[in-house]
Amino acid sequence: MINQNKLIVSHAPFWHNGSGIAERSYNVMGAALLAVLAGFMRYGMPAVGVVCLSVSMAMFWELAYTRLTKMPDTIGDGNAAMFGLVLAMMLPATTPWWIVVIGTFLAIIIGRQIYGGIGSNAFHPAVLATAILIISWKNHFNFDGAYVAYNFDFLSRYPLGMLKNFGPRGIAHYDLMDLFLGRQVGGIGSGCGLALVLGGIYLMLRGYIRWEVSVSFLVGVFLTAQIFNMVNPERFAGPLFHILTGYTLLAAFFLITEDSSSPVNPLPMVIYGLGGGLLVVLIRNIGAHTDGTLYAVLTMNLVNPLLDKIRPKALGKVA
Amino acid sequence: MIKRSFFGLATPLFPYDPPPRPPADPLDIPLPETISLYIEKPFESVSAVKLKVGERVHAGQFVQLMPGDAEGTVSPVAGRVTAVEPYSGDFGRRYTRLTIAAEPSGPQDDAFAAVAAEPTLAGLTRYLSDCPGAPPLHLLDEGGPEIDTIVISGMDSDLLMATSQYVMESRVEDVKKGIAVLKQVAAEKHIVGVVPRDRIQGYGHMGCEFLAADASHPAGMPVKIMHDVFGRTVPAGQRVEDVGAAFFPAEAVAAIGRSVSEARVEMHKLITVIDKQGVTRMVSAVIGTPFSAILAACGITLGARDSLIVGGPMTGAAVYSTDHPVQADTDALMVQDSADVPLSSDYPCINCGECIRICPVHVPVNMLIRFLEAGQYETAAEEYDLHCCIECGLCSFVCPSHIPIFQYIRLGKYELERIKALEAEND
Repeated sequence: MINQNKLIVSHAPFWHNGSGIAERSYNVMGAALLAVLAGFMRYGMPAVGVVCLSVSMAMFWELAYTRLTKMPDTIGDGNAAMFGLVLAMMLPATTPWWIVVIGTFLAIIIGRQIYGGIGSNAFHPAVLATAILIISWKNHFNFDGAYVAYNFDFLSRYPLGMLKNFGPRGIAHYDLMDLFLGRQVGGIGSGCGLALVLGGIYLMLRGYIRWEVSVSFLVGVFLTAQIFNMVNPERFAGPLFHILTGYTLLAAFFLITEDSSSPVNPLPMVIYGLGGGLLVVLIRNIGAHTDGTLYAVLTMNLVNPLLDKIRPKALGKVA
Repeated sequence: MIKRSFFGLATPLFPYDPPPRPPADPLDIPLPETISLYIEKPFESVSAVKLKVGERVHAGQFVQLMPGDAEGTVSPVAGRVTAVEPYSGDFGRRYTRLTIAAEPSGPQDDAFAAVAAEPTLAGLTRYLSDCPGAPPLHLLDEGGPEIDTIVISGMDSDLLMATSQYVMESRVEDVKKGIAVLKQVAAEKHIVGVVPRDRIQGYGHMGCEFLAADASHPAGMPVKIMHDVFGRTVPAGQRVEDVGAAFFPAEAVAAIGRSVSEARVEMHKLITVIDKQGVTRMVSAVIGTPFSAILAACGITLGARDSLIVGGPMTGAAVYSTDHPVQADTDALMVQDSADVPLSSDYPCINCGECIRICPVHVPVNMLIRFLEAGQYETAAEEYDLHCCIECGLCSFVCPSHIPIFQYIRLGKYELERIKALEAEND
């Protein structure tokens, strides 16, 4: 007995499938990279600067917070970096550095850490941060103004702005295929539909995002826009235009799917996605904002806990 | 070890491991010098114990621990009692440990021969309750819960474990005899066998009906068998016997059959030994044999920080010492290398939903774990279906945060049970 080896007495199960949080974060970042690279090619070094600053500042804020509050360092799980990257994807390439610094602070500290850190955030941190930034510094998010110094070989007006101001006549010159291939102005990583869809399909297949949410969100956008368009085609744009412009595709695969702020039960996931899609088009078509995606996501984040109460009855549950 | 599929979207399957066909003979573990028996009865004091150190017992002798006890245990070997001492198990369970120095050529007790010649329920309950597979014979008694069905389970309840399936392949005659004996002593009960779906063929002559269950985890767990095969849902917090079923592992039925036909209490337990590489082999050891003897016979060496697990990889329980003995319900013994022991973390739930997708009984694990972590066991039980959990271990297996969900669930159930007992005591 005395000479016996010390054995580890842990608890069941003694197997684990090997998944981890870092793996999830890095896969989301990897999937986002395609759209980010498309942004780099479109906007050049300023975009690289914004993305790098955003990712590194997001990591810095988390590290600073965990050090200050004497919590264990969680920077290695890649979660803060992921939010930094997603935040940068929504920003214009010409965003001044101080907006990036403030934005990452809002995302990591206000949007995530004060709620209790990873898994506890009620809202998507990057969406919350961007929404605050847009309200506070509206001019820096004017995509028409942001890219005046650029010479594009395509129509360099922000499509949703054109739609808001001139209705469907204003967007007659946009080619849907052009929009899909990223020949439009917008956030660094939100312009190229093809890259976002490829990244999204990757994430859905690998199970890092819940496909039910993404698909029902897109279905929600499509159906609502289709109904509006059928009722009054003179006033409302078609569904594909709504899907290919603004933050719609970014939201479908990277924003509305965020783990902690979205539901996990089957029916709530579908309602959540459909509701998000409905709100996007409602805000764009009859609301005050040009692109309603961020507010749609935040509103759905708000109802998530309530929605997730709809759940299948557990086997053996008594009454 | 099963790893996450590259396509995480695909529904993972956890197939049970069937024994090879034809089944290889089990490795016989030689009778050890001493055996120990755990009797689930708290050890009060030396003076309260009837059985004294130094007393001789016969193989197959019914020994009473306390004076006036109806219950007792059957000594698997002949020998001399060398120690009677208290032992504390998991979750505060208290046992009395009986150590017997074995005498290989010691006398055989012949009291069981009379029971075997004329089997009665009381006689079988007295002598065979602690035989391999731990047949729940006491459930069939009048005083217990209303039982209408005896389920003979040829299903193993964990991965890599093949003990029950092995018995159904290799001890068919014993099982058949056991069924006949059960029919004789519990004539009014309905007897049904359950085997994995792909092995359902060939049980037509057994004397009872055989039904098929899915051959993947957790379909082999009794609560799931009741639901999937018999269409009876076990209400939360209750056991299969509360819906009228007594679960007899196939090995228990085989042991009853063999004991009665040989007029000698069968005490050789079949154990699936799972080595560090996950390779399994069947061994046969007398109940009470310390694990060290089995490991030595199988040529398995345990290093520092390795794990020794009673049961399978999903639901087993790690023990701290190789002196731990084979018990009547020890179906598997698993050895895990220190490098493979998964460690849990203190990360919170990130709400990824993997546990919700995999839970076979739709427990809202993501919410449940938040309440369990906060120690709010009552809310967990009332609102988040703590008692519906069938303890298959799959939620912890898939958790990317490495939260010990399964352990939290067990702890929650244990704490509630403890509170209930304390309240009952105070009333």
